[in-house]
Amino acid sequence: MSNILEATNVTKRFGGLVAVNNLTYSIPKGSIVSIIGPNGAGKTTFFNCITGFYKIDEGEFNFDGQSIKGKSPDQITKMGIARTYQNIRLFAYMSAIENILAGMEPRLRSPWFGPVFGLRSTRLEEEKAVVEANQLLNFVGLRGKGDNLARNLPYGDQRRLEIARALAGNPKLLLLDEPTAGMNPRETAETTEFIRNLRDEVGITVLLIEHDMRVVMGISESITVLDYGEKIAEGTPADIQRNTRVIEAYLGRGAAGAAHLTINQESESGA
Amino acid sequence: MTKENWRHIIRIGLLMGLIILMTSVIGMVETFNERALVVGYLTLGQLLLYVPALYGGYISVPAGEHRAVPQRLLGGLVAGLLAAVPAILLVLLATSWPDIRTYFVNISPKLITILTSGRAVGPGIGLLAGEMAVLGLIGAAIHLIPDRVRRPIVIALVVTAIFALFSDVPLNIANQLMERNVVRILFGTKGITPLTAVIVFAIALLSAFFWTLKGSSAFQRRRATQTPAQAKRSQQIATIVLLLVLLVLPRVLGIFLTNVLDQVGIFVLMALGLNIVVGFAGLLDLGYVAFFAIGSYVTALLTSTGDLGMGMNFWVAVPIAVVSATLAGIILGIPVLRMRGDYLAIVTLGFGEIIRVLVRSDLLKPVIGGAQGILNIGRPTIGGFEFVTPLHFYYLILLGCILAWYIASRLRDGRIGRRWMAMREDEDVAEAVGINLVATKLLAFSIGAAFAGLAGALFAPRIGSVFPNSFELLISINVLAIVIVGGIGSLPGVVLGAFVLVGLPELLREFEEYRLLMYGILLITMMLVRPEGLWPSAITRREMHAAEEDAAREGIQAEEVQPLV
Repeated sequence: MSNILEATNVTKRFGGLVAVNNLTYSIPKGSIVSIIGPNGAGKTTFFNCITGFYKIDEGEFNFDGQSIKGKSPDQITKMGIARTYQNIRLFAYMSAIENILAGMEPRLRSPWFGPVFGLRSTRLEEEKAVVEANQLLNFVGLRGKGDNLARNLPYGDQRRLEIARALAGNPKLLLLDEPTAGMNPRETAETTEFIRNLRDEVGITVLLIEHDMRVVMGISESITVLDYGEKIAEGTPADIQRNTRVIEAYLGRGAAGAAHLTINQESESGA
Repeated sequence: MTKENWRHIIRIGLLMGLIILMTSVIGMVETFNERALVVGYLTLGQLLLYVPALYGGYISVPAGEHRAVPQRLLGGLVAGLLAAVPAILLVLLATSWPDIRTYFVNISPKLITILTSGRAVGPGIGLLAGEMAVLGLIGAAIHLIPDRVRRPIVIALVVTAIFALFSDVPLNIANQLMERNVVRILFGTKGITPLTAVIVFAIALLSAFFWTLKGSSAFQRRRATQTPAQAKRSQQIATIVLLLVLLVLPRVLGIFLTNVLDQVGIFVLMALGLNIVVGFAGLLDLGYVAFFAIGSYVTALLTSTGDLGMGMNFWVAVPIAVVSATLAGIILGIPVLRMRGDYLAIVTLGFGEIIRVLVRSDLLKPVIGGAQGILNIGRPTIGGFEFVTPLHFYYLILLGCILAWYIASRLRDGRIGRRWMAMREDEDVAEAVGINLVATKLLAFSIGAAFAGLAGALFAPRIGSVFPNSFELLISINVLAIVIVGGIGSLPGVVLGAFVLVGLPELLREFEEYRLLMYGILLITMMLVRPEGLWPSAITRREMHAAEEDAAREGIQAEEVQPLV
């Protein structure tokens, strides 16, 4: 299986702080992979580097065989990478449908002056977009809530809407930044299932940042652990659970022995 | 009455008194006293003195308060009396110390005569205090009238006052439609006759009565039961009626008012353009006048038959002018793309000033005339017909406005409108969903600039000459104020804003001196009382009232929880 995303020796500095340090990383096409790590480990920074929001200082990014280094966020999104945010960032005063329609931007082709001249192609494209936006709304379980303002939706619905907006552009790679943050166990289970379906049925590659170990261990085919911007471990969920460096990073040196047991038990009881 | 009540009454009374003192000392009362509202009975100056006392009496009774009637009336009386105190002190001061005029030029003998109603100081002061006290009493007594009757009366009074204040409009219409001697019965040289006042008051009262009694509920019922198809139909009918009215309007209004309409139309055109930049795309542009100037000067240079011009046909010059303004929009847009909010405002402000300075500079004088401007600008012609009078230009400007409105509304509802909205909400996320910020911002800038260019192209031949001082910073501020006061992002709001901020001051020419003062008061009041604008767009209404909705929702939740505790 080929890799959809390949990062080679990527470094990102903020002044003297090295947020991402010489990271080499790849995601196989059609997989679900996770990045974990303590707070401040550089996970979200890495996301921002992939999506072009931060310009990387060194290294190379390849997406689907093409370099994305130095490209602007909108160009990268148009190539097929979509994301959600740790703290939800919807267009708060636009309706749910308008949010999804905005997410369709990478696919829409009609010229800006189309409506002024009443172009038929523009009208047809808009009509089709609205139909598809509604389908997508139903797909994420928000049937009939299209006219609600994004800000008026309950928390869980806002998370779903954000995923729907990311999906609207037909991405090949979906970056989810803590998709289950703030959810109760039932919602978390639903979301996990939903992400798995996305991959199985729609065929989208998914990269997760997640703190909930049950989600991470349950869903990921491969896990990468970051600490101080460096990759300290990579492997299957089972490998990671046994890795002493990971346990040290999370709980401090010397805790490895004791914590090993705890994490193991937790994941077993959760599964 | 409690101490709290008295404190409230005293505060209100003195506040109103200060307003009266202010308007007197800055000369408003005296100037406005020249202007009759109801000939022989009421001048605007008197209104300025009396309204604060009346209003003070009215608000001396807080809403939802249940004091005994005599106490309420007493409160109003005291508030009215207190409102007279500063003015009385002013009269005493002015009579005992005549030199005061050296420091306050506006405290003239004439002002004192107005305040004392032409009597000697003693009786004059007594009369003033008495009048104010009675007005305060009446103000407080208004609360005693049942709501059903009070509302129509207040509405009718306000309508009559506005009718009298803007009597120029009905006067000009009457001049077109009626015999000269009939007009003389209805209107004075300024203001209206008592007969007209009574007629207007009666009509307003009756219609207000009918409306509160039956009309408004019936109207709302019909509106609520309307199907979408019917709603669309009635909107279409309304649009057609409006267009017909706009077409015949100048025939009815006469030349003076048509000229005012032309002026308003130019500003409508500019405001529709700026509304795209500020309202739709959320980019604060303070140098908007630059594009207006470019449109004007390009048209002037191309069509002028003077030394500097090329004597080209107007219809060839207009597209060139619009394209020049659009290009200027793009040129300005490119360097400011990465800037946000305040920084953007400052850079655009600088751009506006650069254009103004260039236009009046000696450097470019051989080309564009410097301070002498460009004269003999060519008039538009169609076949043998030449556009000369305000009436002719009215139709030209109307056409421009309709075109601009159409383009703006279509763009707002289309894909680009959604992109602008997303960009206004969150620039980073907009970029992350695949919106090209560079193209989206440049489009907003250049379309906005094109509208201003068109406004300039129509402005130049209408005046017949252009001078640098027509393109001051104040124009940019004015247009921005129109957009904000009308309702940011709202097309009907912008048009309404232009009528209020450009049209009304034209009708109150005699108060030219106080124009900016009133402008400022209006803006401050608007921002405090109705920050979303006169006719807000759906989205601003949502934004402005979101906090209230949240509070309401939390309030409901709190109530729901309470019984359990």
